[in-house]
Amino acid sequence: MAPEILLDYRPLWAVLISLVAAVLILITGERPNLRESWTILAAFGKVAIVFSMLPLVLSGQVLEIAPIHVAKGISLQLRVDTAGMLFAALASALWVVTSFYSIGYMRGHHEKNQTGYFAAFAVCLSATMGIAFAANLLTFFVFYEILTIATYPLVIHARNDEAIKSGRKYLAYTLIAGQLFLIGIVWTYLIVGNGDFQAGGFLSLNHASVGALQTIFVLMIIGTAVKAGVMPLHGWLPAAMVAPTPVSALLHAVAVVKAGAFGILRVIGYVFGPELLSQIGVATVLAWVAAFTIIVSSLIAMKQDNLKRRLAFSTVGQLSYVVLGVSLLTPLGFLGGMYHIIAHAFMKITLFFCAGAINVTTHETEISRMKGIGKRMPITMAAFTIASFGIAGFPFIVGFISKWNLALGALQAGKGLYVAVLIGSAMLSTAYLVPVGYMAFFKTSDKFTKFGEASNMMLIPIIITATLSLVLGVLPNFGANFYDLAVMSAQSIVKSIQLVGGGW
Amino acid sequence: MREQLPALIVVVPLLAALASPFIAYFSKTLVRWLSIAAISVALISSIGSLVHALTQGTWHYHFGNWAPPWGIEYVIDPLGGAMAVLISFVSLVVAIYSGPFLKEDTWLKKGIFYSLYTLLTTGLLGMVVTGDVFNFYVFLEISSLTGYALIAAGGHRATVAAFRYLLIGTIGASFYLLGIGYLYAITGSLNMADLVEKLPPLIDSPVVLLAIVMFVVGLGTKMALFPLHGWQPDAYTYSHPAATAFIAGVMAKVPAYAVLRFFFFIIGSAAAPVKAALEVMGWLAAVGIIAGSIMAIAQKDFRRMLAYSSVAQIGYIVVGFAVGNTLGLIGAILHIINHAIMKSCLFLVAGGVKWRTGEHTIEKYAQLCRKMPLTMGAFLIAALSMVGLPPTAGFFSKWYLVLGALEANMWPYVVIIIISSLLNAIYFFRVIENIYLKKASEPSEEVKGSLELPLQMLVPIVVLGLGILVIGIFNEQIVSQVLLYALPGGGN
Repeated sequence: MAPEILLDYRPLWAVLISLVAAVLILITGERPNLRESWTILAAFGKVAIVFSMLPLVLSGQVLEIAPIHVAKGISLQLRVDTAGMLFAALASALWVVTSFYSIGYMRGHHEKNQTGYFAAFAVCLSATMGIAFAANLLTFFVFYEILTIATYPLVIHARNDEAIKSGRKYLAYTLIAGQLFLIGIVWTYLIVGNGDFQAGGFLSLNHASVGALQTIFVLMIIGTAVKAGVMPLHGWLPAAMVAPTPVSALLHAVAVVKAGAFGILRVIGYVFGPELLSQIGVATVLAWVAAFTIIVSSLIAMKQDNLKRRLAFSTVGQLSYVVLGVSLLTPLGFLGGMYHIIAHAFMKITLFFCAGAINVTTHETEISRMKGIGKRMPITMAAFTIASFGIAGFPFIVGFISKWNLALGALQAGKGLYVAVLIGSAMLSTAYLVPVGYMAFFKTSDKFTKFGEASNMMLIPIIITATLSLVLGVLPNFGANFYDLAVMSAQSIVKSIQLVGGGW
Repeated sequence: MREQLPALIVVVPLLAALASPFIAYFSKTLVRWLSIAAISVALISSIGSLVHALTQGTWHYHFGNWAPPWGIEYVIDPLGGAMAVLISFVSLVVAIYSGPFLKEDTWLKKGIFYSLYTLLTTGLLGMVVTGDVFNFYVFLEISSLTGYALIAAGGHRATVAAFRYLLIGTIGASFYLLGIGYLYAITGSLNMADLVEKLPPLIDSPVVLLAIVMFVVGLGTKMALFPLHGWQPDAYTYSHPAATAFIAGVMAKVPAYAVLRFFFFIIGSAAAPVKAALEVMGWLAAVGIIAGSIMAIAQKDFRRMLAYSSVAQIGYIVVGFAVGNTLGLIGAILHIINHAIMKSCLFLVAGGVKWRTGEHTIEKYAQLCRKMPLTMGAFLIAALSMVGLPPTAGFFSKWYLVLGALEANMWPYVVIIIISSLLNAIYFFRVIENIYLKKASEPSEEVKGSLELPLQMLVPIVVLGLGILVIGIFNEQIVSQVLLYALPGGGN
């Protein structure tokens, strides 16, 4: 079943629209209202473009455009396949919500350098679209590095010593990993002649020796796993929490880190392919590393008193669910991993939004000092609690659906131990997130008397994302057919309509 | 007129250079426009010649209708043509930029400056269009002597730097002269095309071997190949600020072009001594890349940091030669172009900051992003390009170099290039942190409404900054429509 390929410029517009917005934002920096309207316009424009392509993709078509060459013999090719659509739809939809929240947060906090902030944010979203739609390795890498650089101004936004230190740490991790990724990519181009992503992988044992393929795999995985925060490459992520909260929410829970997770999906599912990986055996190692990350990060998260840091370590663990899912190499593992990209995004963005709302209204960042805050900010804390239960994997919340599939995927691979890891992690996340809600509602303190909820600009996005976490938990296809997209991607990777049955 | 284009490339700037001091006596403004006009003519002629070379094959122009091998022949092939376009373009941009620096000077100083500047352009252009190895030497000396003078014009510390460069540079040029002397002794010819035919049977002769060694040392000195780079940091740091960008961006690239010309076109890289020479140069370059980058990290003066970074970047080009396959050479030639544009842009920024604030140490760059946003934007693009991040030009030369090195199975070079990228990141992000993050020590007076720099300076900076992005995005066109034909064998 070869998908029908359509020539279409829309993926290019989806990438460019926020780039244009970034330029306009820089030009109109002196007039905040006009400046913010560019962000909002671009966000709505982008989501409209992306979602207008959704029906075509769901009907099995592939949209493609190759406007120029990136390098000799390699096109800058954008292709909207199911996996790319999934990621792009998620990022563009959440950008709309985050844009409103950003404006509320930045103004509520009286932040400086807002022009640079909104411009960099828009560039990040361009790069994210490029990553989602990249049709070959070099195109992917170009946007991947743009994302690295565009995130840097957001990490150092506070312009203080801590921010500078975190910025350096961030660059050290991502630039070194990027260079290793580059070697892997160059090597692939050399042995294959091209690097076009292909569902089920395009490398095979005919191309190079097992040792060379294993080395390429390790290089590429290091390159992508840094952004996905897989231990021991996660160090930059908690440090990057000095960034303003909307950045932590959209970029450090959705766009940037998921670009890493998405990169791992591309490498495993579209470069190497499950079949080759089961022959050369390195994916098992990655699965173990992911399992280790899941447990250890949860343990570290329990010890954090700073709310954003606790969420950061939770992110580290949750991202490894995705990594674990795809490195199982089983159909349901791919499905669960991909759907977890969606599930975690909605839940974690809600949690970060709540953390930001608390910070703006009360200037509190430490969990131990949030006793009784639920009385004053009931909606925020209710949303927080819903998302907490979701992260822990309770039924009827979106997190459950991905975890269920991940567990089945682990069983398909015949590795019941990973199910134990998932259950253990669920209990640990209950232990580190749910108490926050408990303290907020059931402990009392006379500290919070004069604060109310955050401004509507921030509150409404929280309500939207929390509600969506619930709705998607019952109707996993709600809105953007995320579940179908994940199913179709998994089908194309394993080259079979049937997702049940054993893996490799 | 059209058939005289190759001559115009050299003759017009040469005449302008001779006329400059006299014109300056009558009008101080006219002299600058004369230089700009002359260089523009050279640029247009270069473009015309390049197009001709690409569409109708290599252009052989016999000076004064004297037939080679006795007469002097100009040969414009795609490689020489591309170099001529690059040189005249950078020269033009820097000439436009130079105006405000010389506003206060007397007619004599101004006249002489432009005379030297156009003469330097003439010399560099002559080197890339000539088909005669001795004529090449003449132009090498023209460019060197004017280079010494322009460096010395930078002030009293510059005189020491210039004198040092004069000593080292003269020795380097003499080595080159000895090299062609040996070639002449054994073949009886100075014409490049003639040498190509006469050399192969003699390739194992010790005389040719000696000539190759002379070229390595002579041209290595002129292009500041590690460890022959001693003259270069001081020369770049202290030279006349109106000319630095041209000197630093282009002057060292032409000897690199000469290495390519001699080793790949004239003698041929298949010859064993050339192979050995390239291997030695490759390793020296590899050490130079690391050493230059580390020295750059240690610098406090922005211009000096850029100078050491040039030592490293020349290394990239030589590594491309040492790799020697198609991809490696594409990388090397593309890097000649990219680095010329990036380094010129960076030195223009350095000059602009010095002009505006009088500062040149990196720590005094604090908060310049507010005072000079456009200049710093150009700096940012150039810096990212130096680090080699896509989609800037620097990434793509690195891409071809790494691809070539991997294809040739030369892993050490791959490792060196990657490490060097990271070292570049260290010293450029240090500057970026200063510009955007550090608090300025004293509150700066905000000049509302006025431009950050005079337009004559700002436009060249922005043009080169955007040029880096344009080259990066359209690198494929440059590579497959020009550079492929510029390779030995003409793209087959």
